[in-house]
Amino acid sequence: MREIRTLIVDDSSVMRKIVERSLRQAGLDPLVVYEAGSGTEGLDQLKAKQVDLILSDINMPSMDGLEFLRQIRAQNLAPGVPVVMITTESSEEHVKQAILAGAQGYIRKPFTAEQVKERVLPLVDAA
Amino acid sequence: MAVSLRESVQLVSDPRNLDASVEEVFQLMLGVNCLRDSGPAIIEPESVTAVVGFGGLLSGACLFKSGSSAAMKIAAHMTGMEFEELDDTVKDAIGEICNMLAGAWKGKVPDLAANCGLSVPAVITGRDYNLHVQAPEFKLNHTYRFGEATFEVTIICDGLQ
Repeated sequence: MREIRTLIVDDSSVMRKIVERSLRQAGLDPLVVYEAGSGTEGLDQLKAKQVDLILSDINMPSMDGLEFLRQIRAQNLAPGVPVVMITTESSEEHVKQAILAGAQGYIRKPFTAEQVKERVLPLVDAA
Repeated sequence: MAVSLRESVQLVSDPRNLDASVEEVFQLMLGVNCLRDSGPAIIEPESVTAVVGFGGLLSGACLFKSGSSAAMKIAAHMTGMEFEELDDTVKDAIGEICNMLAGAWKGKVPDLAANCGLSVPAVITGRDYNLHVQAPEFKLNHTYRFGEATFEVTIICDGLQ
């Protein structure tokens, strides 16, 4: 079975670990995880590595998740790779902004492993 | 038409929204039942306070405060690790809890969810400190308990447009 190379971008190391654990509980296995603490670090990771899936927080210092997403598209990094935003911001407007910026999925914090499975697995299967 | 929360102050300040937000965050992220407690939070010599600011139609902050042992217990539930001190991982976990509480709370009122932004969390640790806010528009301050651990969550509204 092929590895699912996943970039998790969140300024909280605890949340990165929780997201990774949720992905494993959702059945994404074998999973290779790359971590980034900001959008800037995330872009650096994408310039150096190939990934199959990107999960990003929105509310981060230095470069937020929406700008990170715009930069991915503007710089043509990770073409065709699904991006899922994981964030406390849950209004329709925030979801719309994320989709317009190029996100394929949206998960609101707090979340369950089941929600991660429902939103992420179809994207990985389709990619 | 411009959105205003002035007419919705009763809805925004409804204390049940805060209780529901705390229950939701602790159930989903820690897998524990967490209910409002009638007494004050247990006082410990060392405490941790996380602050997430609100900006937009509502300005103010969400504060989470607990003793060090409660903070370490929360971080242990979130990460599956054990902690013996308020290290960076514990502070990070408490900041994220406060962030999710703030997001869940504002998400209970659609106009607030759409027109109020959150700051990134700030976390303070230490002994014998107090936070003072002058004459807020409204303030909610509740104590919650899970097991033997207690903590306080405070919503401070400085201004409502």
